[in-house]
Amino acid sequence: MLSKIWSYRTSYLFIAPFLICFTLFIVVPIIASVCLSFTYYNGIERPRFIGWSNYQYLIAQDMIFLKYALPNTFKFAVIVGPGGYAAAFLLAWLISRLRGSYRKWVALAMYTPSLTIGTAMTIIWLPLLSGDRIGYLNSFLLKIGFIDVPKLWVTQPQLLMNSMIAVTLWSSMGVGFLAMLAGILNVDKTLYEAGRIDGIRNHLQELWFITIPSMKPQMLFGAVMAIVTTFKTGAIGVELSGQNPTPQYAGHLIVNHINDYGFIRFEMGYASTISVFLLIFMYFANKLSWKLFGSKEE
Amino acid sequence: MLAISVLMILPIVYIFNNAFKPYHELFVYPPTFFVREPSLQNFVELMLVTSNSIVPISRYLFNSVFVALLSVISVTVVSVLCAYPLSKHNFPGKKFIFSTIILMLMFTPEVIQIPRYLVVSSLGILNTYWGHLLPALALPVGVFLLKQFIDQIPDSLMEASRIDGANEIVVLARIVVPMSMPAIATVAILAFQNAWGNIDTSSLFMQDDEMKTFPFFLSTLTSNLANNVARQGAAAVAALILLVPNLIFFVILQSKVISTMAHSGIK
Repeated sequence: MLSKIWSYRTSYLFIAPFLICFTLFIVVPIIASVCLSFTYYNGIERPRFIGWSNYQYLIAQDMIFLKYALPNTFKFAVIVGPGGYAAAFLLAWLISRLRGSYRKWVALAMYTPSLTIGTAMTIIWLPLLSGDRIGYLNSFLLKIGFIDVPKLWVTQPQLLMNSMIAVTLWSSMGVGFLAMLAGILNVDKTLYEAGRIDGIRNHLQELWFITIPSMKPQMLFGAVMAIVTTFKTGAIGVELSGQNPTPQYAGHLIVNHINDYGFIRFEMGYASTISVFLLIFMYFANKLSWKLFGSKEE
Repeated sequence: MLAISVLMILPIVYIFNNAFKPYHELFVYPPTFFVREPSLQNFVELMLVTSNSIVPISRYLFNSVFVALLSVISVTVVSVLCAYPLSKHNFPGKKFIFSTIILMLMFTPEVIQIPRYLVVSSLGILNTYWGHLLPALALPVGVFLLKQFIDQIPDSLMEASRIDGANEIVVLARIVVPMSMPAIATVAILAFQNAWGNIDTSSLFMQDDEMKTFPFFLSTLTSNLANNVARQGAAAVAALILLVPNLIFFVILQSKVISTMAHSGIK
């Protein structure tokens, strides 16, 4: 065994740099997070082991978490995840039907919003959604007579969530979208001809019986990336409303809850508990997409 | 279709227009979308805002460019090095490593910020460029895309050059790298996007202002912009500076990205 490992020393040497960084900055933090979640740790004193009590507090007593963070995250994830995913697939399919060189530019238009990560995002959306008459959306809706009073898109609790969902959907056409577009473009053309002989009549049937089955791997990659972006944009509520926590916790997501405890209150042990919870949440979301799109052979 | 793409691009057009709007147009009612009298006033303002702060804007920009370039180079090198054996060698533990990488593809770094901070601080790289660079190196998506792409290169090519006496480094440099150029370009874009827009490393790992990056500086400009008239113009320009390099990179390398993504499936 050892001599076998030795004979592959170049392989190990090649993968070492990545693997070291990967272990240090992804694997170790996840393990540390799990360990810290069983402790009381405030960043100054040594972590003190307290067993399951963080978890008990999380699922039984943390009212903000139970009343706001969890349902908000659930609502947000259910709409943005599958919604963004379906939109990405549909748009990719529509783009693939375009001819000529302007397919490229439409694809670019779709992908660009996902480039405006983080702070640049607020610069665009704050003036557009601004709560007074000067806000572009308000001004537009007032002009066409759709509303008569300016709406507080980002500070009124009921509207904040919808604004967050809209903005996130807008910026969700990232790597996963490109993968699906490439997947559709790469489907073997002869399959369509064969399908036509076998009695496929319209484009929807083509989509369902040929396109989707032949790009399952890309669909799965797209799904994983959709889930990742959904949680990555978790801070959008704070960015939009300019307040942390958001007004009446309307846009309070689990990620905000982690930041709140970890970097504002310095209860790192408890914050780790929440992140472990979120990791499990994401893991099962991914398991589900694996079930839906995973290949059956393995 | 075109309508949707116009809708998607509107806010981007808005960034461009806003950056060139003079102040009396920024706050005009009813608001205008397109700029009428373009001016460079905002660029001047951005310079002025920053020239009397302690750390000049050029320092932030230098940090951003430096970190972005360094991480593009090192991420691609490290990812190619890792992806090639994962795809073409049959060493013990390969399956396990690859499935761990796929598993980690599912998690965003955001959820493990706290232990990550502890790791960075115990490595003693807080407040150094290493603190910007090293966490960026762990980019599972990059290795994954490259591995899937290298899978398509026929083994016989590598066998042939091995028979001719080439060692693994030569095989990698002469055959694998030239043939997987589209995938390498894609990983470079992803690495650039990651590094260029990143404010987490600045706000968490850097305490000294002169070590922070341009996006972080931008976020200090824009905090509480909602009820703030001052600096709107400067912020608009800053956003433009942040967006344009990403855009240019992507437009140039777009066809390569698409051809890489064709192999991006998880099987």
